[in-house]
Amino acid sequence: MIDPVFLAEAAINGLLLGGVLALLALGLNLIFGVIDIVWIAYVDLVMLCMYAVYFVVQVYGWPIWVGGLVSVALGALLGIAVHLLIISPILTSAPVNQLLATGGLLFFLQSFATFLWTTDHRSVRLALPRLEILDMPISVARLIAFALAIVAMLGLYLFLTRTYIGTAIRAVSQDREAMALMGANPQRVYVVTSAVGGAMAGLAAALLIIQYAVHPFFGAAFGPITFMICVLGGLGNMVGAFVASFIMSEVIAVSGVIWSTEMGYVIAFVVFIVMIFVRPGGILARRG
Amino acid sequence: MAARALGLVLLLALAGLPFVPMAGMRQYTIHVLVQIFIWSFIGGAWALMGRFGLTSLGHGAFLGLGAYTSTLLWNSFGLTPWVGAVVAVLLTAGLAVIVAYPCSRFQVVGHYFGLVTLAVGEVVRLLIIAERDWTGGSLGLTVKPAGGDSVLALQFADRRVFYYGALVLWLAGLGVWRWVDRSMARSAMEAIGEDETAAASVGIHVTRFKVGITVLSAVLTAIGGIAYAQYISYVNPDTLAGIGVSLRIVFAVVLGGMYSLLGPTVGTALTIALAEYLRVLFGLKFIGMAETIYGLLLILFIIFLPAGIYGSARELFRRRRPAGRGGPRYGPPHPPDVRSAPA
Repeated sequence: MIDPVFLAEAAINGLLLGGVLALLALGLNLIFGVIDIVWIAYVDLVMLCMYAVYFVVQVYGWPIWVGGLVSVALGALLGIAVHLLIISPILTSAPVNQLLATGGLLFFLQSFATFLWTTDHRSVRLALPRLEILDMPISVARLIAFALAIVAMLGLYLFLTRTYIGTAIRAVSQDREAMALMGANPQRVYVVTSAVGGAMAGLAAALLIIQYAVHPFFGAAFGPITFMICVLGGLGNMVGAFVASFIMSEVIAVSGVIWSTEMGYVIAFVVFIVMIFVRPGGILARRG
Repeated sequence: MAARALGLVLLLALAGLPFVPMAGMRQYTIHVLVQIFIWSFIGGAWALMGRFGLTSLGHGAFLGLGAYTSTLLWNSFGLTPWVGAVVAVLLTAGLAVIVAYPCSRFQVVGHYFGLVTLAVGEVVRLLIIAERDWTGGSLGLTVKPAGGDSVLALQFADRRVFYYGALVLWLAGLGVWRWVDRSMARSAMEAIGEDETAAASVGIHVTRFKVGITVLSAVLTAIGGIAYAQYISYVNPDTLAGIGVSLRIVFAVVLGGMYSLLGPTVGTALTIALAEYLRVLFGLKFIGMAETIYGLLLILFIIFLPAGIYGSARELFRRRRPAGRGGPRYGPPHPPDVRSAPA
């Protein structure tokens, strides 16, 4: 029998991991919901931004918030670049081609990062105090990341509901053709969406680098689970993705303690497969 | 008839190739060709499903299950890979049914089907890593040497044996493709791919066909995996299961064109040749550079040649012909054409 303290610790770690996963899923889900294309290479963009933070903070010695701003700006630029260079030309292609074009980007980014920076693991070291609650060590870096992730999600929510362009983005995700007929320019909405999605990747990168080391295959480690969360939550459904992040992170963390890390992911994937069959529209979808 | 004659000449050339003196390059050439044959066979197996809109992103699951089953049975119990292959085929068929049946019943299609299969591929990869006590984990597993040539162990020192074996396997794969192409199943699957509800309404048993084609594709993929494991005599979860290899298979096929008999072969041959060329060109100097160019070319190909290289070339060829003879889009690659026959 496993000590309940370990389980409680795992549950708290899962909660904190959930915040990070939610942030990763948020940007991807926005793009998914609006442009209806799976950016297989999304987490690899995060990886590039993580390198940016690493260089700004660890190599050039700027404070972490500068690194964060650089990362968000770089993410937005990368988002726009990916949309204009890769997604635009294939918007009307078969889904398999769209998947593969971004998959090609994944290979490209992974190997280019290997070429530039080798496969060494690099991390940003911040002197953060340690926190203990009921004898359980809590990572302050994770706590900060969790809090900022929640703030970012609220910000995105306000952007989508309170601004004009945000309303346009939601309108396109509901009905593409009707929006074009109403005189909106889908291309502009797509570019803004990609920029916002990219900026989310940049923010996620800044929060991830303070708790994980970055290496060229970082995207491969977090990519699949991020898609699963988006689908589990329901494509384009922000609240759904949020809930799904925490379900997945708890599954991973708790079964990771009971069996092993790999088994944690195996169980998370199996939960995903079963959920797709049982609730294809996402966990929060209405039946009917 | 010209095309058939050309095919025959090409086949004879392939059969005679191991005896052409190539001054030291022979081993390497044969090695590259064996890989092309095996991966073309696997790509063709994927295309059996892919061409009907069942875009699997998790064929690594079947590949890995096949390769690991036969290897583990041989290493642990000394069971010959011939019997191991039968066990592997049964297991893979079972896995294919477990994946395909609910997917079909719950109408999981498109992106969702891709992501479900992707998850299955990752599950198999992670299970192999998690069970490291007997699978060797992420370090992989070497196929236990039988000590010399052995038909029973499927191990040969001479690469030429594998060359002919792989050639036969590849031809058999083309045969299966052609058989499916000419069967009722193809019309049924095309109808399902266009509109599932409409297909069901004219009496097509949607689930039976979908599960059937998935099992066929999965079983062939597993056989390809076993062949590759026997040839390399080493299995590794990252090269034989998971998202990486699954995407590579899809890439090669889409690059070549998945709607034609030789599309997967053309795509696989090109990607392997390209990867080998870049590897030899850069060697150990610029690690990652070869893969970078590979990824870049893949993006460019998919943007500019969406129908695949072979598919686009055929379309170009067809457009030059007199109008009124469009030919079927999914038809055999060399439609009988009276006008092109020698007078």
